[in-house]
Amino acid sequence: MGITQVLFWFLSILAILSAILVVVSKNPVHSVLWLIVVFVAISGHYILLDAQFLAIVNLIVYAGAIMVLFLFVFMLMNLNADTEPQKNRWLKIAGVVTGGALLLVLVAALKKADMKAQLAEMGHGNIGLIHNLGAVLFSDYVVPFELSSALFLSAMVGVVVIGKKD
Amino acid sequence: MHLTLLSIDWLLLIEKCVLILIIISVSLVIAMYETWAERKVAAFMQDRRGPNRAGFGGLLQPMADGLKLFMKEEIIPTSSSKFLFVLGPGMAMLTAMMTSAVIPWSSHFHLFGRDVSMQIADVNIGILYIFGVVSMGVYGIMIGGWASNNKFSLLAAIRGASQIISYELAMGLAIIALLMITGTLSLGKMVEQQQEHGLYNFVVQPLGFLIFLVCAFAECNRTPFDLSEAENELNFGYHQEYSSMKLGFYLFAEYINMFISSALMASLYFGGFDIPFVNDAAFGAHFGQNPLAILQVVSLFGKIVLFIFFFMWVRWTIPRFRYDQLMNLGWKVLIPLALFNMLATGFIVLLKAHGWHF
Repeated sequence: MGITQVLFWFLSILAILSAILVVVSKNPVHSVLWLIVVFVAISGHYILLDAQFLAIVNLIVYAGAIMVLFLFVFMLMNLNADTEPQKNRWLKIAGVVTGGALLLVLVAALKKADMKAQLAEMGHGNIGLIHNLGAVLFSDYVVPFELSSALFLSAMVGVVVIGKKD
Repeated sequence: MHLTLLSIDWLLLIEKCVLILIIISVSLVIAMYETWAERKVAAFMQDRRGPNRAGFGGLLQPMADGLKLFMKEEIIPTSSSKFLFVLGPGMAMLTAMMTSAVIPWSSHFHLFGRDVSMQIADVNIGILYIFGVVSMGVYGIMIGGWASNNKFSLLAAIRGASQIISYELAMGLAIIALLMITGTLSLGKMVEQQQEHGLYNFVVQPLGFLIFLVCAFAECNRTPFDLSEAENELNFGYHQEYSSMKLGFYLFAEYINMFISSALMASLYFGGFDIPFVNDAAFGAHFGQNPLAILQVVSLFGKIVLFIFFFMWVRWTIPRFRYDQLMNLGWKVLIPLALFNMLATGFIVLLKAHGWHF
């Protein structure tokens, strides 16, 4: 096993374990913290694929900004075991069954997807580097890129309008 | 299974480990003596003497303080969540240390027939890496404040976190203008460019530097932005419940952050390890690479010390902002200014690309 494989298995196991802990944790703040660990592990995967820009943006935007907002909300809401409504046991079982069914559908749908043609380039690809990413974003995908920035702008304006006092 | 693990460049690994060890110990020593310098500077500004009992000029005072922090009783509040309570200061310290990985401390040494680079990792996203780590630094404050199970700690933590997030935006926008000019994210390359031009980025981007400086103060939670430790409103801030070395970690992390952000500002805007008024390449050719590299380290640390002094100078001169003033400054002054700076820089870069001369 090379160092890349060791890192791959380590990161994968870390990601899956902490993803399970996100769901299992009783305390919502702990769940959010485990979710941050998931994001860090996924960023590690991006780095293994040489997509450094994506990795660091994932860290800055998701783990650094969005999760902080989640934490704000959970820390201020004062969620305790006694105030949180306890779900019916049957509801939980129903949730597990439907989630499992969704997994089955996904597996069935993705089984035929041809992955062999698109092998991930471990450690030597340069598609994810910021130079190539920028060139692609501003040439091939310029319309979706501009559309999504217009969407972000309108969302920001909306926030300011809602946030105004009067 | 064959042992391809052994095909790693072990020399490189050892070299990097030694470098990491050196930089971390240097950061710790600098942080220790920053506490001493802070008290001395404060004393100087207020016409006092400052610490002068332990050692010559109080030079042993940081050791005594450190010993005191280690010896104090460690109290973990019973109603706190214990693991997170310990994790908080650990996170603060870890993120403070991690940022030093992409800063170029000198060009390179020539030792044992190898060129030993003085930058731990020259990743091509350099400056973004620092932003990523800094945005992780929020968690040290938030986790600590929440896990203490104290209203004042929580309020202080939320204040601190929202302040850091707000000022990160303006900081990022100020950096974008700089990136347009340099065309690279790697700190090492930025320093090299400044060496070649002989013109520091500070001259090209004065407004950007000013915005970056203000944001660096806010990111380090230093006065006038230390709203998260405002004693008159929040007792002691987010580390209210902490004692012993866990408190020491929080305080230390602040000083390390100050050191690293000084190094960052020196590298981004003041030529990094470039020796001022000296042609480094010619000097290296004349006196050899190793003396040059040593002098470059000295030069960078000179710049860092000046910045650290500036941090302290401001702390003991300017009073703290009110919270709404802080948010107004961040969102209504710095971000529009940074946006304007970005547009103006982009305009000029575009004109230059089309053959205009200034």
